[in-house]
Amino acid sequence: MALTRAQVENIAHLARLELDPAEIPAFQDKLSRIVDFIGELDRADTAGVAPMAHPLPGLAQRLRPDAVTEADAHPLYQQNAPQVAAGLYLVPKVIE
Amino acid sequence: MTESSGTILDAAQQRPRRGESQDGTSTGWETVIGLEIHAQLATRSKIFSGASTAYGAAPNSQACLVDLGYPGVLPVLNAEAVRMAVRFGLAIGARIARQSVFARKNYFYPDLPKGYQISQYELPIVAQGAIDIVLEDGSIKRIGVTRAHLEEDAGKSLHEGLPGLTGIDLNRAGTPLIEIVSEPELRSARDAVAYMKKVHTLVRYLEICDGNMQEGSFRCDANVSVRRQGSEKLGTRAEIKNVNSFRYVEKAIQYEVARQIDILESGGKVVQETRLYDPDKGETRSMRSKEEANDYRYFPDPDLLPVELDEQYIEAVRAALPELPDAKAARFVAQYGLPAYDAGVLTASRELADYYEAVARAVPGEPKLAANWVMGDLAAALNKEGLDIDAGRMPAGRLAGLLARIADQTISGKIAKEVFEAMWSSGESADSIIDTKGLRQITDTSAIEQAIEAVMARNPAQLAEYRSGKDKLFGFFVGQVMKATQGKANPAQLNELLKKKLPG
Amino acid sequence: MIHRHTLARLAAELRARKLSSVELARAYLERIQASQPLLNAFISITAEQALAAASAADAALARGEGGALTGVPIGHKDLFCTAGVRTTCGSRMLENFVSPYDATVVSRLRASGAVMLGKLNMDEFAMGSSNETSYFGPVRNPWNTDLVPGGSSGGSAAAVCARLLPGATATDTGGSIRQPAALCGITGIKPTYGRVSRYGMIAFASSLDQGGVVTASAEDAALMLREMAGFDPRDSTSVDTPVPDYVAGLDAPLEGLKIGLLKEFFDAGLDPDNERCIREALAVFTRLGAKVREVSLPNISLSVPAYYVVAPAECSSNLARYDGVRFGHRCKEPRDLTDLYKRSRSEGFGAEVKRRIMTGTYVLSAGYYDAYYLKAQRVRQLIAADFQRAFAEVDVLMGPATPTAAFAIGAKTADPITMYLNDIYTISANLAGVPAMSVPCGFAQGLPVGLQMIGPHFAEQRLLHAAHRYQLETDWHLRIPERFA
Repeated sequence: MALTRAQVENIAHLARLELDPAEIPAFQDKLSRIVDFIGELDRADTAGVAPMAHPLPGLAQRLRPDAVTEADAHPLYQQNAPQVAAGLYLVPKVIE
Repeated sequence: MTESSGTILDAAQQRPRRGESQDGTSTGWETVIGLEIHAQLATRSKIFSGASTAYGAAPNSQACLVDLGYPGVLPVLNAEAVRMAVRFGLAIGARIARQSVFARKNYFYPDLPKGYQISQYELPIVAQGAIDIVLEDGSIKRIGVTRAHLEEDAGKSLHEGLPGLTGIDLNRAGTPLIEIVSEPELRSARDAVAYMKKVHTLVRYLEICDGNMQEGSFRCDANVSVRRQGSEKLGTRAEIKNVNSFRYVEKAIQYEVARQIDILESGGKVVQETRLYDPDKGETRSMRSKEEANDYRYFPDPDLLPVELDEQYIEAVRAALPELPDAKAARFVAQYGLPAYDAGVLTASRELADYYEAVARAVPGEPKLAANWVMGDLAAALNKEGLDIDAGRMPAGRLAGLLARIADQTISGKIAKEVFEAMWSSGESADSIIDTKGLRQITDTSAIEQAIEAVMARNPAQLAEYRSGKDKLFGFFVGQVMKATQGKANPAQLNELLKKKLPG
Repeated sequence: MIHRHTLARLAAELRARKLSSVELARAYLERIQASQPLLNAFISITAEQALAAASAADAALARGEGGALTGVPIGHKDLFCTAGVRTTCGSRMLENFVSPYDATVVSRLRASGAVMLGKLNMDEFAMGSSNETSYFGPVRNPWNTDLVPGGSSGGSAAAVCARLLPGATATDTGGSIRQPAALCGITGIKPTYGRVSRYGMIAFASSLDQGGVVTASAEDAALMLREMAGFDPRDSTSVDTPVPDYVAGLDAPLEGLKIGLLKEFFDAGLDPDNERCIREALAVFTRLGAKVREVSLPNISLSVPAYYVVAPAECSSNLARYDGVRFGHRCKEPRDLTDLYKRSRSEGFGAEVKRRIMTGTYVLSAGYYDAYYLKAQRVRQLIAADFQRAFAEVDVLMGPATPTAAFAIGAKTADPITMYLNDIYTISANLAGVPAMSVPCGFAQGLPVGLQMIGPHFAEQRLLHAAHRYQLETDWHLRIPERFA
């Protein structure tokens, strides 16, 4: 199934990727091939088969005791941040 | 600019709105409301990390690597968050899922560090409960709770003081929430508020949420639509986001109902959208930033395994449940003989109910007197100063001390009000105020008789009129004797003695 | 020639104080520096920290202290977070990212005394089978530098192959340990999902990713894996069962081992020279007393399409956190929030990563979830059930690790599917979460071939045992490319 240019643009927007208009045809081509390829799954008869979300069946989520174990280290953590002020991460103005 | 928009707004507000009535019935419209309440769970640490959930810390000082969504970190579920959600589920008679699953809700927003929120989607921990609310006419309506699921809270965006920029504080990110989703069974803004208050009462009884609405610990989204009376089909709904007070919920829904009816009656169509309530303007407005079609791409979070709860766990949580408001109110009616209304008011919070019971127990045989005082003078005094019942300003024992003096007739109800005021301002006990002010009631028959005789002697004309049939003057004599005894004569005795003496 | 020693021998000689850790580190660092222009196996070389750690190791050994790996030089794939040392994941997005914390694997190996010499090159975010997607340039195959070393753990495999390190950490989401191990002629093991902590291992596809090791021999792999495996309370998917001593019992006889020959792996795509090597290896096992029979896993042909739904879906979500706000690449002068997101991510990610994010976004999006994601999860169940049935009958499954030997750089970049099919024999083990390894078993036209062995959940010891016994009979694992010998 060939993906349309609009579909590729919509997927890119959902994923917050900016595609150069010139590279869209290439993405369109390769993604279409991938979609065709994964379409082979249609061949499988999966009636009555439960989806498997996790490779180790029968394991349940472990629960952690409710204890504060983390100390304030924001000056260290913010060393990787592109833009901070007064302890806040900064982004262009968000309009609501 | 500001002036002209203000004028338009004023004009709009003055214009009588169609469908102003609560339920719309008078106009042929029916309102349909469903609420999604977000209650922050009162855990010490976050739902998936060991960072503190305390409110009001310096920006990002409580955002650890997991909360920040750092590369490589992983979530581990807080046992207490699970227990609290189960407590809530059991309290509303819901089904507790033996297996529930965390899913990722994917969207980009700066206060959402990972680019997805860990929530529950197809298999929530709590499903199909119900909450009873009391309607205005005193009747009870059962509101279905579709589900309550665990999820993580987002951080906060700060728009002030940073020109052209938004600051992100992720201290709140990862705070555990339960989102409580009602069926669309609420039919008016008042229904909605009654329901929200009931949930608020419940979560505080259960000690799973501090209920602090100012700090955002308890907030709600309202899905509002209207339809023609008798129509089966639901109208298009608008979702009003993040309302954090009971009053605003009522006002926001009223505004929204009126807005939708206006649109429909003038031939328009309601747009399905997210709206924000502006308390300053008293209106809802479209949130353009969230307008674009959302495609959250939910899927099970592969970093977390299914949460499995067995019967033994659930029964242990059930056994630890406190007495809940409805049960407590019923007990107050049965045990203390209170009217249902009083029982409802007194059980609105666990603190108030505990206070009432402490007072009632300390003054045996006078539960209604205790109720009247707690709901009357005490509530008024607390309200006036904006204090909570558990602020300690009037300990239960002290109020009981006053009520005991009313009960044993040391003072009259009227004097008691004076004593209460003195107690409130001085913090002293009722007895010490009664003694120092000499307010002890006169119950000595001969003393009252002496006072009556003196009043009769001073007012021969009135006495003659009374005796010639002007019964209304009885009250005059009561007043005169009370005045002479500085209000301390026992009212019942006084009545009786006057009835004997006045006829001559 | 110290670099020809196995990791196990180095550890023993360090403990016996026949070797100094500092000398060892210096010798390897010299080889690393010299190889770098040729192979590009490293993204960061941490010489200074390494020498400090080595000298501390020597001091500990002098006091008669130290763990199983004290003083042994190793390298980490550059997706294991290392406190204070840049962790790039092979991406421009994290070009300047310095982790404030250590991955559990990193801290465990350090606690065992291992000395880290550097961070190893890899396909960007572990997405690739040739190491060509690395922002830091491709790694070259030490057997022939015109060829790829495989991926995504190409740096780890090339480094061990060229004996720049006796052992390295690696990760495997769809074959990223086994495929490069096969193409470089070394030993690599992907343990059972949940056996090695994923905490601090930068995620590609969370339900498939698993950390492991590449080494020269199975004995080395057993030693290193024993030190890094085990329960981690910071990883909810980590399994709380004891780690056996993988080294103990390696020499035990193989008599009676039931080997299943994976029928579907001997398909038209398998290079005849590779097939010959595999069949010869199986003959060795037969000589050792193993019973070989053919086993069929009927749904295994659907592994690759199922994988290319599940892995991209998880990746699209896992990589959403790279938004230019808290860490990682940020574009210059964003006009608004959307511009910040889109340009930071587009500049930070390479083409293959973008394709996978987009594929994942597509298969999870409204209207496609059931047809692709849910369908793939059901197929995954079928594949897992195939394995379960097979392991009711045999102890170990064997077959080729890859369809061909190493291919030329640039040969498969034009069509993503051609590249994806390189992992056709490795992906199913990740979908089922079972342990698997690749062991050198010969040469096809001068290039190494890998024998794949797959076991049931938590049967690492069985695999390592079989591999070790095979390596006692053969010397493929001891072959080193001439220019690095």
